[in-house]
Order: sequence, then C-alpha cells, then structure tokens
Amino acid sequence: MKRAEAGEPVEISLRINGEKVTCRVPPHVTLLRFLREYVGLTGTKEGCSAGECGACTVLFNGRAVNSCLVLAVEADGANIRTVEGECRNNRLSRLQELLDKHHAVQCGFCTPGMIMSIRDLLARHPKPTLRQIQEGIEGNFCRCTGYVQIIEAILEYTGQLKKKGELKRVRG
Amino acid sequence: MYADKDPGSLKVVGTPQRRVDVLEKLTGAARYTADLKLPGMLYAKVKRSPHARARIIRIDTSRAAALPGVRSIITGEELPYRVGLYIVDKYVMARGVVRHFGEAVAAVAADSIEIAQRAVDLIEVEYEVLTPVLDPVKAFDRRSPLVHPDLGEYEYVEAVFTPVPGTNIANHTKLRKGNLAKGFREADWIVEREYTNPSVQHVPMETHVAIGQWGPRDQVTLWSSAQSPFTVRNLFCHAFKLPHKNVRVIVPYVGGGFGGKAGIHLEPLVACLSRKAGGRPVRLVATREEEFSLLPCRSALTYRIKTGLRNDGRIVAQKMTMFWDAGAYADYAVNVTRASGYSASGPYEIPNAWIDAYTMYTNKPFGTAYRGFGHVEFSWGIERHMDLCARTIGMDPLEFRKVNALRPGSLTLTGERITVNTGNVTKCMEEVAKAINYGRLTAREKAREKRTGKKIGKAVAALHKAPAMPPFTSTVVILRMNEDGTVTANFSLSEIGQGTYTSVAQVIAERLKFPMEKIRVCLDTDTEHDPYDWQTVASKGLVLTGNAAILAAEDLLRRAYGTAGQILRAHPRDLDHDDEKVFLRHHPDRSVTFREMAVGYAYPDGNGIGGQIVGVGRYIAQGLSNLNKETGQGHPALDWTYGAHGIIVEVDPETGEYNVLKVASAFDVGKAINPECVRGQAVGGMLQGLGTAVCEGYMYDTEGHLLNPSFTDNKVPTAMDLPEEVESIAVETPQIDGPYGARGVGEHPMIAVCGALGNAIQNAVGADLTHMPMRQEDVWRALRKKTSINHFITRCGFGCKR
Repeated sequence: MKRAEAGEPVEISLRINGEKVTCRVPPHVTLLRFLREYVGLTGTKEGCSAGECGACTVLFNGRAVNSCLVLAVEADGANIRTVEGECRNNRLSRLQELLDKHHAVQCGFCTPGMIMSIRDLLARHPKPTLRQIQEGIEGNFCRCTGYVQIIEAILEYTGQLKKKGELKRVRG
Repeated sequence: MYADKDPGSLKVVGTPQRRVDVLEKLTGAARYTADLKLPGMLYAKVKRSPHARARIIRIDTSRAAALPGVRSIITGEELPYRVGLYIVDKYVMARGVVRHFGEAVAAVAADSIEIAQRAVDLIEVEYEVLTPVLDPVKAFDRRSPLVHPDLGEYEYVEAVFTPVPGTNIANHTKLRKGNLAKGFREADWIVEREYTNPSVQHVPMETHVAIGQWGPRDQVTLWSSAQSPFTVRNLFCHAFKLPHKNVRVIVPYVGGGFGGKAGIHLEPLVACLSRKAGGRPVRLVATREEEFSLLPCRSALTYRIKTGLRNDGRIVAQKMTMFWDAGAYADYAVNVTRASGYSASGPYEIPNAWIDAYTMYTNKPFGTAYRGFGHVEFSWGIERHMDLCARTIGMDPLEFRKVNALRPGSLTLTGERITVNTGNVTKCMEEVAKAINYGRLTAREKAREKRTGKKIGKAVAALHKAPAMPPFTSTVVILRMNEDGTVTANFSLSEIGQGTYTSVAQVIAERLKFPMEKIRVCLDTDTEHDPYDWQTVASKGLVLTGNAAILAAEDLLRRAYGTAGQILRAHPRDLDHDDEKVFLRHHPDRSVTFREMAVGYAYPDGNGIGGQIVGVGRYIAQGLSNLNKETGQGHPALDWTYGAHGIIVEVDPETGEYNVLKVASAFDVGKAINPECVRGQAVGGMLQGLGTAVCEGYMYDTEGHLLNPSFTDNKVPTAMDLPEEVESIAVETPQIDGPYGARGVGEHPMIAVCGALGNAIQNAVGADLTHMPMRQEDVWRALRKKTSINHFITRCGFGCKR
C-alpha cells in the first residue's frame, strides 16, 4: 500500500474468492462497503454496521470477521472469501445443499454471513459439538428460523445428525 | 375450498418440499432493495428530532444546500401530505411539531451517502421543547396535553374505528357480550390484576429500504422492502392524489418483515426527494438505529383484567380494559386495538364479557403490526391471569384452561359459534402437556434439581388468533402455461421468509397433478405485472392465496380441457389428465400433450386453435362482517388457528437466573401443507417470542428519549439462547374452507410463549411477575419482594361487595 494524504483514495490489491482485485478506495471505506459498492459483490449484507449482527461476515485470511468493522485498506494483500465464492463451477456446495434441504433459510438476509461463519467454524472444528456450533454462529443473528434447522444442516454436514427434528403430526 | 378430502391421495401437499425461494439466497445472488443501484441514483439521509415533543420554530437548510453534491432537501413544511391506512394521522415528515424522538424533520438526497450525512449535520433546527405525554394511562386523563389536537379532522375508516377528538384516544374499541353484572353476581371469586409490557422492535435483519423515482408527468416508480406493494401504491396514490396507473411498486427479495414492513413507510420520502431532484432515483437505507425510532415498533400495553369465577372453575364474567400505547401515530395501532379487542380473552369461553380497548397517543415512536398483532402482548396478561385464577380456587392451571377452553358450540367474544372444524385448542394443550411431562418432575429432572440446586417449573399456555384484516380482503393468482408445459404462477404476497410461496406452489402442483419441478413461482412482486393482493400480513396468505391458487389451477385445466376436447373431439367431461397430457378417460391412448396446446394448438395444415393456456383464480374472504361499534358483535375471523406452548424452565432460587430447558409447541394448522415450513415458523416464532419474554423492549428516560436503539442495549436471541430441547407439533383439524384444509400459522408461534414462561418461573420458585420482559434481575427482585404484586382477590359471599 502506498502512503497517501488523509482522505485520498488508496490503491489496494487483494484476492476475493480467489480472484485478484486492484482498486482505489478512500481510507474510511469499510471492507463491507468496498465489497458491495466498489466490487459489486452485494451478497454480503449490512445489518447493523456496528459489529453486532453478523450479516456482513466474510472470511479474512480464513477467519470470520464482521466486514463492517474492517477498513478496506486493512484488507490490502489479504485473502477474502464471501458467499459468492461458495458455489463451485456454478453448482451449490454441499453446505448450501444441506441448508436448502433442512429449510435453514427463510428471508435469507443472514444466510451469506451465516455461511461464512459456518465455514470458519468447520475449519476450526471439523466435528463440532452442539455447543461449539452454537458458539460458532452466535454472532450471526437470524430472526426467522430460530436456528434449529441451521444447526441440523451443520450436523448433517459433519455426519453427526443422529435424528432429524420433525414436525409431529396428530389428528385434530 | 377443501379441494381433496382424501388425505391418502395427496402427493405434493403434506410433504417437506424444498423451498422455492432459497436458491439465490444461498448464493448471494438474491437482490434485496439495498442491493439495487440505478443509473444516476442519489443517496438520502434523514434529519431526526432529538426531542419527544417540540414545536419546530425554524429549520435552516441554507448551509446544507450550499454543499457541493447536494441535489435536494425537503422539510415537512413543503409536504402537506398525510398517509395512513386506517386513520390518516401522519404527515410524510413532521410539520410544525415533532411528536416523537427520532421523527424525521428534514431529508437530503446527494451524490454520496457521505455528502448526504454532512448536509444533514449542517441543517439547523430550532425547537421549543414541550413536556411530552409518555404514559398511556395518564394520557387518558382529560387534562393531559394532546398529542394530536386536530384529531377531529383526520380521515379514518368510520365503519370500524372510533377516535375521540379532544382526547388522546385514537380509537375506542368496545365489546359487550352477555350480562357482565349478572355474571359477576354468579361468581364465587373475583380476581383482578394489571399486566404490562413495553414497546418492542421487530428487528428484521434487513432494515427498511426504499428507492423512489418521480419522473415527468407524475410517473412514479418505487422499489421497496415492503410487505405490501399494493397497499403502498394505494396509500401513496391517495396521499399524493395520483392515478394508480401512474405508480409502480416493485418489491424484490425482502429480508424479513414481521409486520414492521406492512403499510407505507419510507416510500413517500424518497419519492419527494426524487421529485425535487429532477426525477433522479433516490435511495434511503434505514440505519439500525433509525429502525428503532424513525420506523415503527410494537405498541406497549397496559392490560387490566377482572375475572369472576366459580368454585367449579368456570369463568362467568370478565371485564378487560386495554390501554395500548400507540406512540405518536396510530394508523396501525387502532387496528391492533380492534383485533385484540375481539380476542382479548384468549381461546377461552367467557359468557359475560366487557371490553374497553383504547388506542392512546403518546410522544413515543409509533406502534404498528408485529407478528401476532396484539396477541403476544395481551396473551402475556391473560395467560398469567389464568394461572392466578386457577391458584385462587386451588385448581390445576391446565385443568382450569381446559374447563374454559373454546370448544364446539362455544360462542366467541364476538358471538361466532365454534364448530368441530374450527380447530381444537384442548388437543394442542394436551399434546404439549404430554411433551413436557406436565404436572410432575421426571426422575432425571429430580436428579438435575438435586445436582444443581436449581428448581424446575413447568407450565402450559394456550393461544388463538384469526387474521386481522378488512372483511372483504381479496387476492388473485394467475397461472400461465409455458411452451413446454411448465407453469408460471404470479401472485402478490411478498416472500418475506414465511414460506408461503412454497406452500402455494405445492397447492398448485397438487391441484394440477403436476410435480413441483413443473411449477415456477415469480418471487418478486411488481404492481405493474402482478395481480392484486391486499397485504402480506395476518397469517392469511396461505388460506386466501391458496384458495385462489386452487381456483386458478381449475381454471387452467378447464381451458386445457376445452382445447383438448376440440382436438380429441370429446366432451371435456370425458377427459382426464396427468402431468404430460390430456386424455380420454375411456381410451387413454387418445391424448394430446400440454406442450402441444400450451400456447395454442396447431393442426398439421397450420390451422390453430386455443392460445396460451392460462388460469385465473380470485378469492375473497367470505361471510365476514364489520363488528358492531357498540357491542363488538359480528364475524371478524377468516379462520382461528389455535395453539399451545409447554415450557420447562430451570430457575436459580437465589439469583433468579433461569434457563429454558424445553419448549414444546402445538398448533392446529388444519393441514401441514409443508411440514418443514410449519416447523420453521413454529421454532422461529417461538424463539422470537422468547426474545419478547426474556429480554427485548424499549427503554426511555423521563423526557422520552429512547435509550436502547441498538443491538448492544436491546438484545435479541442468538443461537446460544435456544432452549435445550424444542419440539413442534401440528394438530390437523381440517379447515373446511382452507386449501386442502390448511390454516395460517405465521404469527401464532410467537404468541403465549411469554405467559407460559412466566407461569413456569412462578411454578419453579414462586416469583410472581406481571411485567415482561422477565429479565433475570426481575425474577430476583420478585423473589425478594414477595408481596410487590398489585392484585386483588375477593372471596364473594354474604355481604361481599362485587
């Protein structure tokens, strides 16, 4: 990164989903805004801009971060992964398939960040305990699902789903 | 519209199909309103009031206007437009006075969000700060300052609501059933208490977003995160006196709504900014902080209940008084008040009932629809009160509920007779009671108590809700057959996460006898291309749109059979079909494929017949009526969905800390069209209900400033807050006029969680709470101040005053 006058755009180079990107960006711009407005990757969402809700979670050199709390210039030279990098050859990843299968998505606004946190979790704990799963996605608010179906998808992904939760149906 | 009465013959309905709306959500390709970037788009920011009640003396925008890159500035003074659905009481922006903390007083559109923010900071507003009206009960006092002195001039739906000009009462809903005085005379006990809960924020993960473009000749396009595109268009046209054909509302993917995105919100603001900026599109994305105070919340409630009951457990009379804290504007709160007013007793039969429900104006951020539409709030009081009543006469609370539960033959508060097909609330209670081993501690639970020193309590609470909507609410489904025989469906519910698009697709597939793979549902909504629907609210989508979908499928088949009948030279009644072709019943080898007929059939010589096979189904709620304004009697309910929650909680008797060990929830959904969708609603709604019960709620200082407009200070449940065990149960008592017997269940899982939790905590350690949320420190306080609860229990007998 070249030194620059305060407020002047700075040139940064980074890898996003494996592709090299070079761009000039003002130093106050967050990584979240950079991804959405400069690179056009709008899959990453803004939910609170305060590092609380996790909707903006991306992987920064393999670890989950709230991209609303990281400046784009801090990502110079970094390896960033977003939800747009989750498909391979235009096919859903196994994780995406399982989230679909388990109805782990409702409004979908938390989903991109949730997927990134799950990736971080699985990288640290290939066979996470229930507690580790809960802690792993604790920073990602989901107002729709109540998390249960998300957790079931993760458990099936790691081969640990003993019994899928079901709607018990009884005659009235 | 019980299209197929033999459940065994169903192929698609009743199966856990994958959702039709998630592919793009999983890949990040789903475009929500804030993801849209239009050519020449400007970015907007709002100047908000720092005061709860103040007169605006002067707004100076000159310094902001001088800032390079600022394209338009608007203030309330130039916008004499009021908007509203039920009571038209809100200007697009404050004019002359501000009525709540966070209210918009000016807005800027600029080339960038930074410039817009700088411009907003440069706008100077001089206020004369006034004493705010903050307490909804004190607001009732005739001497209270008036939040809306000109209430008498507002338009409102006169057949339904009763504002009282010269007071802070935006609406007074009355209900009178039976003979209250006589009922109380028959009572052995009278139990009276007050229950309260604060305002709560919906917290959709996507905040409100709108883009407006006001072009030449008043051609307006709005892109919005709205739950209700047609209502946005209707209210917008009404406010600005524009023909509906001029205004187009487009709703792409929506990141959650929960009622907060019903009605109209930021759309007029961005449209006015665009008009002043020469027609350039203007986008406004609410910040999370703005979501708490610029945009609406759920109303707070003070609920007084006075119950007369007999020693045998029957409730014989109940007087209910509700003070709904609408905040500064009551457009939606008046209807929350109405809907709560006619179901305020919960799913219990009250032979002699008297309800006064008041919508009170105060100087606080305003209330709107929120999942449950008042029922979460009053259910807190009712379900706590049911336990108090049961304890008073020494009856088991579940038994007490069952004795009083609505059952076939019962009359609801509005005089509607319950039938076997209405649903079975007792069954819901019994199912959850079984699931939590109600009434005893298991050996494991006893061991756990011994090990931890904590106390385990259990409780069951019941609920009901019918859609709150105009009695003549209608919807349309249009089906078009594509060239290859697949079918595309259009209708105008916003898919806000609730899953109705998937369920409706299943209904269409079932009725057509097509596999799901052949059905495409258009996910975004565009008033220019899609047929009418009132709003995406009230848990009415599946019932109304599902029925319209059945009618549309039948219409499509009728047209296909008409063409096929000509081709096959047969009467349509002799035809049948599968997912590929229409054939003669008696000679199945004589057939014509849907593909051949899809856009018109061509004979070998080139002659054509038919044309595109389309199907239109429209459905309107039937047999519903406005309620009598004096007695509240009438027929408001499209369908009643009953339910119950059973909760096991573990409480530390020293500190008041508690953990929810298990929640079992049962809802009489009539028919689970998609069991996984039902479970998603059941669990998600339950956890949202726990949020309300445990920790969420607005806090104000004495001047009406909102103190906790953030996730730092207003916690919502995370994955760590899940109960250890969650169980979801669907009771299936078919709704005769529901699609394949189904009822709505979007809101219900959130209702009554609070009461069940409060009762379970009391059963565990005796903490007697009348205010929610029940923060752990509140339990601790209740444990220490055992006599703090303000209630009156009267033993009636000789000489007793009733």
